[in-house]
Amino acid sequence: MPLNWNAFEEGSNLPELEKAPGVTQLVKYAAGGGDFNPLHHDFAFPQSKALGSIIIHGRFKYAALGELVSNWLDHGGRIRTLSCQYRGMDLPDQPMTLGGVVKRKWEEGGEKLAEVELFVKNAEGKNTTPGSAVVVVNA
Amino acid sequence: MAEKIEITEAMQAVVGVQSEPWTHEVTTTSVRSFARGVGYTDPVYFDEEAAKKAGYRSLPCPPTYLGTPIFIPGLSNDTFSGPKNTGPGLNHGLKNVLDGGTETDYLADICAGDTLSVTSCCADLSIRESKTTGQMLIVTTESTYTNQDGTVVAKQRGQGLFY
Repeated sequence: MPLNWNAFEEGSNLPELEKAPGVTQLVKYAAGGGDFNPLHHDFAFPQSKALGSIIIHGRFKYAALGELVSNWLDHGGRIRTLSCQYRGMDLPDQPMTLGGVVKRKWEEGGEKLAEVELFVKNAEGKNTTPGSAVVVVNA
Repeated sequence: MAEKIEITEAMQAVVGVQSEPWTHEVTTTSVRSFARGVGYTDPVYFDEEAAKKAGYRSLPCPPTYLGTPIFIPGLSNDTFSGPKNTGPGLNHGLKNVLDGGTETDYLADICAGDTLSVTSCCADLSIRESKTTGQMLIVTTESTYTNQDGTVVAKQRGQGLFY
């Protein structure tokens, strides 16, 4: 169901999204997104060897945060801004929990707006990819 | 680990210089490919009927997808798929790169069938100490996405961490 303005308030949590992308999923993401950096699929690549593993594309996590917000909106609105910072590396096949919380809800210039704070938590509970979004809710 | 990194005058001169435009295509196949890569199950990004029912012209771009740069051997970057010529180079000589962060402003909708013209520039240079990689050069790039009607549909800022 498309998100309704009355269905959430400041402090509401977004439905969480669980992911644990493996190498094959990262290859699919590389094909879709165009980033073929071997650091994301080739364990023999020098930078992967130096880090001890291939790592998940930062942009995969950014896109997954986009998916989280898109699932929440369910086409009952649109994203105005979406940002995140890649603070920690995430490894393939490790569970990640993506989520968010509504920080602010307001009306401005005839638009219904909400600001959400986003996170990608790794198996140890560390937020590797803090982010935020501002969305416009239709009705 | 890199030794001391210096932002030279020649590097500073690159800040603000816009690249030549490059074409990004948004097609039904490219939208599906991106949505599949992220792991979406929402039919709106795969099924045109579902997209139209949800109020879109065609398959909408999933968040963070801003079209696929056209690939031309020799002119495109074989690793990252964007154009090789993104304006004057920084020539910092650092071999390793990590992604620092990304921020996108959406100004209008983008759907399959749209063709975007993209220009980019280096918006800022700075140096940061990292515990794991030593000194890093932080390069902030800003890209502007304009559709076939001349409407600016998105602006994106990204930080590359070179070391």
